Amino acid sequence: MFQIIKKKRLNSSVTLMEFDAPYIARKVKAGQFVIFRVDEQGERVPLTVADSNPEKGTITLIFQIVGRSTMKLDALNEGDAVADLAGPLGLPTELPEHAKNICIIGGGVGCAIAYPQAKSCFQKGLHTDVIAGFRNKDIVILEEEFKKNCHELILCTDDGSYGKKGFVTDALKERIENGIHYDAVIAIGPVPMMKFVCLLTKEYQIPTIVSLNPIMVDGTGMCGGCRVTVGGKIRYACVEGPDFDGHQVDFDELMHRNGTFREREAECRMFTQANKL
Amino acid sequence: MPNMSQTKVPIPEQKPEIRAHNFEEVTLGYTEEMAVEEATRCLNCKHMPCVSGCPVNIRIPEFIKKITERDYEGAYQIIHTSSSLPAVCGRVCPQERQCESQCVRGKKGEPVGIGRLERFVADFHMQNAESPVQKPEPNGHKVAVVGGGPAGLTCAGDLAKRGYEVTVFEAFHVAGGVLMYGIPEFRLPKAIVQKEIENLKHLGVNIMTNMIIGKVFSIDELMEQGYEAVFVGSGAGLPRFMGIEGESLIGVCSANEYLTRINLMKGYKEGYDTPVLKSKAVAVCGGGNVAMDAARSALRMGAEHVYIIYRRSENEMPARKEEVHHAKEEGVEFLTLQNPVKILGDENGRVRAAVCQKMELGEPDASGRRSPVPVAGSEYELAVDTVIMAIGTSPNPLIRTTTEGLEANQRGCLIVDESMMTTKQGVYAGGDAVTGAATVILAMGAGKSAAQSIDEYIKNKS
Repeated sequence: MFQIIKKKRLNSSVTLMEFDAPYIARKVKAGQFVIFRVDEQGERVPLTVADSNPEKGTITLIFQIVGRSTMKLDALNEGDAVADLAGPLGLPTELPEHAKNICIIGGGVGCAIAYPQAKSCFQKGLHTDVIAGFRNKDIVILEEEFKKNCHELILCTDDGSYGKKGFVTDALKERIENGIHYDAVIAIGPVPMMKFVCLLTKEYQIPTIVSLNPIMVDGTGMCGGCRVTVGGKIRYACVEGPDFDGHQVDFDELMHRNGTFREREAECRMFTQANKL
Repeated sequence: MPNMSQTKVPIPEQKPEIRAHNFEEVTLGYTEEMAVEEATRCLNCKHMPCVSGCPVNIRIPEFIKKITERDYEGAYQIIHTSSSLPAVCGRVCPQERQCESQCVRGKKGEPVGIGRLERFVADFHMQNAESPVQKPEPNGHKVAVVGGGPAGLTCAGDLAKRGYEVTVFEAFHVAGGVLMYGIPEFRLPKAIVQKEIENLKHLGVNIMTNMIIGKVFSIDELMEQGYEAVFVGSGAGLPRFMGIEGESLIGVCSANEYLTRINLMKGYKEGYDTPVLKSKAVAVCGGGNVAMDAARSALRMGAEHVYIIYRRSENEMPARKEEVHHAKEEGVEFLTLQNPVKILGDENGRVRAAVCQKMELGEPDASGRRSPVPVAGSEYELAVDTVIMAIGTSPNPLIRTTTEGLEANQRGCLIVDESMMTTKQGVYAGGDAVTGAATVILAMGAGKSAAQSIDEYIKNKS
């Protein structure tokens, strides 16, 4: 069992939890994920680790409440425990050699995974800019944390209710057009966002790393559920990813396959809401 | 005077039309009377050909003799000296290609039902044995086992019996490996697997779940922690796909994924959260045991039509005979000498059909089996909404890519010498991680001989 040390609601549908997981905390690096299982009946669900504290022996997960498992997880409180936490899984993020100027782009809850990337780059002494995009002011997360771990934070909202108005791609394009040079871009967020960031960076030939979130069951290289097409070849996000060269990823296929159980997820949400009424 | 009946005592089974809709065990097992009757068919041959056919060399005639004497616990003790998981082997071993293939009685009529008798003895022990196995005197040496599947568990059990302090590091939330995630409940009840694992714990084996070796600890770190030898039984890994058009449509998955959702995650049961594809018509590609398991599971999940698509003929099918026979009885439709060449989707990107091409048998290939040759112009559309790929796996890369000095062959299988030692001193390996996808019993055999080698290695060292 893995105990919840801290729980904090970041916005109406995103929660932060810190877990006691000393073995994982000692080893996890930016870009890696864990598999959690809430209880004996639960699914195995992958979540990229948002932060870790090796001395304290804890890891932090930030998740959006989208389906049954994240609802069950969110229902737990400090002092409660989840049945399983396995990791660290996947390969740590590898920046292109000699990259010095990095732009990290996070979209929505993807900022939770962009954050450890910013922290890691910033602590390595790389020039680190962050573009964080949200739909509106109400769902902005991790603003303070980003500010402490980057040189410049550009916060944007789709509706302009906070920060700059527009999409992350608009902000990135503006900066590049203004002559700012990036050796690499790391983009993490909804699949369409990653797709459009990659279309843009390809134009400017900026190497771009994306962190993918396909469907997974075991997470250790056994089930093949997480297969994605990268450069025309089948790749397995759990053991060969979750990071891939964004210019090679077939995002449309990923988006499509991620919808395999969408009807069921919607049913779960409806059921839970109906029970609340 | 031996029982000269030419056929095995029939084993009670659930009726096909009933069992095709439930996950309960298909074969119900012998009663005492049936077991004794079958045991008397054994001629107790002096040269014991059956034993040479067993990968773990169970003293078969001896345990069968004990059954005729109605000393079932005695029979169990004989099996237990060679096999750590008798209740498992009695159910899933391909006996027709091993012990039973060597049985003298098989020359005229059916061989002795060795598998059925082994199962009877193991089940009898589970139901009746009073005291759990005794923990042996510790010998003061520590060994780590990576992977809690059949190879790892056997190796752990054999070492524990010799007094070693053994820790099994299991990546999943439960030990058992393929016995838990792959082989379905109706063929191997999970309670039985867990009971066998409990027996190992009584022997002193320590099992740590959620431990992904290669990530959470490297093999070198295990050595630094005082483990004098490491056995790697990390199993088969990445499922193969065919590389045909349409494999990324919704409704295409590997047999590993399909079976894991059902078996390990219990997605077939009410109250469990893991979703399983709801299918009306399923095509399973492949002719091995895994294909049969997937096909029979699909029937039980409510599919109206389930097809096995296999590119050779039934003679070449690698699956156990019993599985093929059971699958047919339950209504699985066999489309042999056919191969899918394309998968078609509907407007929502969900599978609507598999395009199959007919094949004919040509010259024998490298495996000695006659190789299939496509028949031009024979393609047709088979209406299905799910396609399950059961065409094999390649070994898990986690250990090999994170351990320096561990060499693998071109297929990614770990290289071992005749003592099962890898290219790294003190690190042994066995099972699918070495051979590529094979059987439970071969993995157990490998775990067993590795345990023997590890014992010698540590004794010589100290």
